Amino acid sequence: MGGVWSENDRKRVMNDIVGSMFSKDFMDELLKPQQLYSHRTLKTVLTRIAHASIMRLNPVSMDRLYELMVMAFKYQIFLCPRPKDLLLITYNHIDTIREIVKDTPVVVNQVDETHRKIIEVYSSLPEGEFQLLRQTLLIFFQDMHIRVSLFLKIQVQNPNGRFALSTSGPVPHGIEVPGLIRMFDGKGREIRRSEFPSEGSYSSSVKEGCFELHGDRVIRLGMNMYTVNNPEETHTSKDTSVKMDDTPNLLAKEELNLLARLMGSMKAEKVPKTETGFWINMFPTDQEEEEAGTSGVAEESLFEVINIQAMQDEQVTTELARIAGQFAEEEDPPLNLSSSKGDDLLAMMDDL
Amino acid sequence: MYHKEKSIQIKNSASALYNNLGVLRIAPRSLTYFTVVHANVVNMVSASWDGLNYSHRQLQSKEPNVATSTSLIMQAAFCALPSRDLLVVTSQKGIQIYESDGSTMVYWHALDTPETPTDQAVFARGISAVGKSYICVGDSCGAILVFDVPSKGSNITLSDVLKGHKKSITDIASECSGSQECIADLISADDGGNLCVWKSGETFQRFNNIPGFDISCTSVKLWKGTAVAGYGTGQIRLYEAVTGILHAEVNAHARWIYSLDIAPFSGLLLSAAEDSLVRVWHLSIKPESLSVEVAHLHNECVTDTQICGAKFCDGDGYAFAVTGYDLSEIIRYTQS
Repeated sequence: MGGVWSENDRKRVMNDIVGSMFSKDFMDELLKPQQLYSHRTLKTVLTRIAHASIMRLNPVSMDRLYELMVMAFKYQIFLCPRPKDLLLITYNHIDTIREIVKDTPVVVNQVDETHRKIIEVYSSLPEGEFQLLRQTLLIFFQDMHIRVSLFLKIQVQNPNGRFALSTSGPVPHGIEVPGLIRMFDGKGREIRRSEFPSEGSYSSSVKEGCFELHGDRVIRLGMNMYTVNNPEETHTSKDTSVKMDDTPNLLAKEELNLLARLMGSMKAEKVPKTETGFWINMFPTDQEEEEAGTSGVAEESLFEVINIQAMQDEQVTTELARIAGQFAEEEDPPLNLSSSKGDDLLAMMDDL
Repeated sequence: MYHKEKSIQIKNSASALYNNLGVLRIAPRSLTYFTVVHANVVNMVSASWDGLNYSHRQLQSKEPNVATSTSLIMQAAFCALPSRDLLVVTSQKGIQIYESDGSTMVYWHALDTPETPTDQAVFARGISAVGKSYICVGDSCGAILVFDVPSKGSNITLSDVLKGHKKSITDIASECSGSQECIADLISADDGGNLCVWKSGETFQRFNNIPGFDISCTSVKLWKGTAVAGYGTGQIRLYEAVTGILHAEVNAHARWIYSLDIAPFSGLLLSAAEDSLVRVWHLSIKPESLSVEVAHLHNECVTDTQICGAKFCDGDGYAFAVTGYDLSEIIRYTQS
């Protein structure tokens, strides 16, 4: 175990992680049209990003972090007021990240470049397609009801794990407050209006957020939920009877190709052997968590041909974790993510 | 006006898709079939009217003879034709047609899916039976495929491709009043909010185009020549289908409408949205002024749920059923 975190260490980790995630190659790969990832793929990618610096997370901490990230993500997508507000939520994230790395111009540049690329790719997407995007993402989050103590505390989540959906407050921009019926004659003139009880207490919409590089986003989803006042509210508890990875594995081989490309496009931090990594134990490990098992939840095979047996599945999981840099304390050379690593993994899958 | 009944549990939760509830009433057997889509699976429940028997079945979206294929399903709906009832399932790969109990797949139509994904999504969505023997299915390019269905067997053929839309089809519906006098008997809607009105036949004719305002029309119905459309603005609009004259506009919901349904014998209208509300309305046609009136009757709030499907279970609107994203049940309501 390493020593005490210093402010410099914190800054370094943030810069390394943001720099790795916002690298041109990685972002170019991400912005290509592609299918929805499975939980396993996303977790592998996020694990690798989390290990882009001197910080190390043990598997249980990584599991917990992943749950936290996914539930926060689900909250934001679920409550997104209008489909195109997905962009405003994204820009809230980017604005906060920019602030975190503001002292490192090289990384700020990467963030700005990414932001510009996102504006370019998504700005002209019609709302119907944003809604399809959102509906597809909602499939990813389906059936996840992990309770997060912070969310319970601020009452955005109920004790049953579901998010609270309010029937009051301002309507989204471009939507009228429910309650009015208007009737017209054959010439388009309004001849009567009547009102009906809407059972909500809605008010008119506020102004629209800004979709440019800088500006007031107006909506608050996507802003940092962890303030100084709630530093430890990261406890998660899940209903262990719910199978976590239920996302359909749309094309297992296709997905491994994608994963290999994503990994290959990420910068590998060459941490010198002389430097001690810092191990972080982010979450209390209690009996329940240890009994719940590791990250390798056996996926139901939807295919007759690719039949991944439990033992070999464990091998794959271990291999993915190794690539993700979780086992840095072992005798592995500094992670060198050439495409041959991806090929090895594919070859292993082909043998099954 | 309505009270909640016992829900039907389904094998997995409903996905957030427009019109995500199929209902088929089989009077001779005192049964109702329900379908709810979850990602790449259709959950089917057959419920006996006495509430005592429920049987479940799951259908996967799959190309025949291709073991490793599966894709996300966009919609599942029953098509009741004079000669037979069928179940149609549309996905990102193609269109599957099953016998109405889901027991056998009688037809598969593959969409042109590119080798590597492009930035234009490819899928089929929008399903309706029309006329004596047609089933219409929309796609992401805005085309409507017309299939001619024989009274028995699997010799279904693609007989026409209708071009009227430039945006992805969201929903298709046929005239449900049973009236033979209607000039037009089919309506289709797209992601730009545009509606096309058609007359079916050996060659389908397009009667009218009702332009939208760049906001998706997610659900559409046709009743006694009136087009009833629900939009992403939470509004419902009623148009005279063949002329495009706007009869009424309702600021009905605070979020995107996901489902509309009409009970043809009583003129009851059901609307459901992501705002967690289901509303019941009454439509009446005033013959003197040839106008249509809308009156609000009832609200049901499904707490903390973004509703994705709502349908009447019978032609009078005596009962209706509701599905919501992430909910593993079909909620039912009957008139008090």
